[in-house]
Amino acid sequence: MSDQTDHAAESEDALPLDPLPLDAWHRAQGARMVPFAGYDMPIQYEGIVAEHHWTRTNAGLFDVSHMGQLLLSGEGLDAAVEAILPIDLSTLKLGQQRYSLLLDETGGVLDDLMVSRLEGALYLVVNGATKWDDIAHLREYLPDEITLQHMEEHALLALQGPKAAEVLARHVPGVAALTFMKFAAFTLAGHPVQIARAGYTGEDGFEISLPAEAAEEIATLLCAEAEVKPIGLGARDSLRLEAGLPLYGHDMTPETSPIEAGAAFGINKRRRTEGGFPGVDRIIREINEGTARKWVGLKIEGRLPAREGAEVFAGGAHVGTVTSGGFSPTLQQPIAMAYVASDHAAPGSALEVEVRGKRLAATVTPTPFVPHRYYRGS
Amino acid sequence: MPRYFTDEHEWIDVAGDIATVGITDYAQSQLGDIVFVELPAPGTAVEKGKDAAVVESVKAASDVYAPISGEVTEANAALEEDPALVNTSPEADGWFFKMTIGDASELDGLMDEAAYKEFVASL
Repeated sequence: MSDQTDHAAESEDALPLDPLPLDAWHRAQGARMVPFAGYDMPIQYEGIVAEHHWTRTNAGLFDVSHMGQLLLSGEGLDAAVEAILPIDLSTLKLGQQRYSLLLDETGGVLDDLMVSRLEGALYLVVNGATKWDDIAHLREYLPDEITLQHMEEHALLALQGPKAAEVLARHVPGVAALTFMKFAAFTLAGHPVQIARAGYTGEDGFEISLPAEAAEEIATLLCAEAEVKPIGLGARDSLRLEAGLPLYGHDMTPETSPIEAGAAFGINKRRRTEGGFPGVDRIIREINEGTARKWVGLKIEGRLPAREGAEVFAGGAHVGTVTSGGFSPTLQQPIAMAYVASDHAAPGSALEVEVRGKRLAATVTPTPFVPHRYYRGS
Repeated sequence: MPRYFTDEHEWIDVAGDIATVGITDYAQSQLGDIVFVELPAPGTAVEKGKDAAVVESVKAASDVYAPISGEVTEANAALEEDPALVNTSPEADGWFFKMTIGDASELDGLMDEAAYKEFVASL
């Protein structure tokens, strides 16, 4: 027996990094650890499907401390950042968070990230596997007046699920008043923390940036709540797939444009008319004229999952490739995301996906596969 | 009836001239929740150490190798309906396929239960 493909084993071939703050804590919880983004990370505790369902019905605690937390500050910050990202910072108010994209000169995606406005600074959360490249890129393209601080002394925890708000409010009075994509500073167990109402599961939930030395105490505190269990990377992947959210390095790469990927919302309105960001020519052309291929959801008949790399056909014609795929624990059927030729990308289009020589019937399906349940205010 | 094990975590039971093949409890625990098992059709010739079946967990697809060479005589139809049998009963109801024993001497290189236990403990 051996893995054909093992996403979890993918990692940077860089030198081994120091263990993350919760390394020992995960092991004590019975996690199976795997190399990921240069670190040892928990892939699962009791099992991916159980953890997946738990998050959809209760609340799951995810350690995402491998992600890069960056703080940018200095004279002329907004203009400097707008020269790199297609974001409109004039409409990003204090306490707001927004999705953005790090693009190369041809409009290919170097990373996707979150940008938040703090007093006199911008706080960025970038992907773990790309953070070193992102930091190098930012240092190269940002003027000297801008200071980039890599917050390596901070851990990042995500509490996700329909009971997340109720649980977190027990320890953080006032946190339930945050709405989706807003954040604020709070105190949790006596420690200063930044909490955003956001996540990567499609559920309501929070991302908590906290001092690394408080990570064990806070993880233990939250998991002591009856509604909370620790959740590994395996369920994080199946949850985000059901939510139709892209995974950088698989669904978005330097070979894909954000417009193909359906992330045009990451190119803010003012920037479309004013331009002035990397890859602008291609991005604007694709917004106006469309793209030859689109990133779409597929529901697959039967039980055999189609994984990354599986080819997509319309009759005899090869029309696309799967970029993420697996078995949906919620829907109890295989689902996938794929780039397909735009004339086969309409919802309802009947396609076939090839897995080990077998053609599986697939239907283009609007995403998310499982409805988002973000909290946008009552 | 004697049961043998491979270092790829397959087990093989020998009863007369037919052997039954599956994956071990250790293997299923490493794979996690199994959602699909692709089995060889009866009549398929399998070769020792080569792909014979594929197990799909939520996470990944994994190859299962033939512990010895021979011809598949039966695939476990129950796994089609309920692939999770491999998780709940890997070394009994969750068997994969039955096969002929092409060359009995190939069994000699496999581990017995005690040796396999020791092997797993060393991992």
